[in-house]
Amino acid sequence: MRILPLITVLLVGALLIWSAQDMPDMGDPNAPTNLHVAPYYIEHSEEEVGVHNIVSAILADYRGYDTLGETTVIFTAGVSVLLLLRRRED
Amino acid sequence: MKEEDVIIRTVIRLMIPFIQIFGLYVIFHGGSGPGGGFQGGVILAASMILYVMAFGVTEGRRKLTEKTNMIMRSTGVLIFSGIGLLAIIFGGKYLDYGAVPLPFVHDVVKVRELLIDGGVEVGIGITVMAVMVTIFLEFYPGGTSDD
Repeated sequence: MRILPLITVLLVGALLIWSAQDMPDMGDPNAPTNLHVAPYYIEHSEEEVGVHNIVSAILADYRGYDTLGETTVIFTAGVSVLLLLRRRED
Repeated sequence: MKEEDVIIRTVIRLMIPFIQIFGLYVIFHGGSGPGGGFQGGVILAASMILYVMAFGVTEGRRKLTEKTNMIMRSTGVLIFSGIGLLAIIFGGKYLDYGAVPLPFVHDVVKVRELLIDGGVEVGIGITVMAVMVTIFLEFYPGGTSDD
């Protein structure tokens, strides 16, 4: 029964390639992702956040929750490494 | 672990201050150029890793003890979420930095800039640096401490 997974993979791959034809081109200025919030951030981040670096403004302010979560993930990773690797004989 | 050659030790001793200053620069420069807490924290951790590779784990643990490391790991997250809580206390929303009243600064935008550059990014940097050092030391031969 090796033939069934192969057919499934080929079918799903063909489906994905076929559906990717409708995707906007890489870096297309008229793509929906570049028309929604991106222009707003470019125009307003300096006057609203005061940080010159737009990436930092989005990272720390507009997407502050996300960054706080990322920091917590790193903290959790450190604690997990300690819990898993530090063996105790007792 | 035994120490490396005297040439390596001397060169690394000379390099570490510059690496750490560059790491601090990247952290505090995050608002006005490429950089930020994550990148700067990793650079700071790299200086510590270099030190441990040259001088051994015992000497490295003396520079950054397990207790200090543990405190730093949590302090970074505490600074970040603490600033968010401060905003709630002063009547804003969580992580709405502009609501925090800083002394001598009355411009909301300026407050945001200062808190991001001097608070949030520093908090991220401290946590990332401490966690990177922790992970490295735990995987390093003889690095697991007994306490």
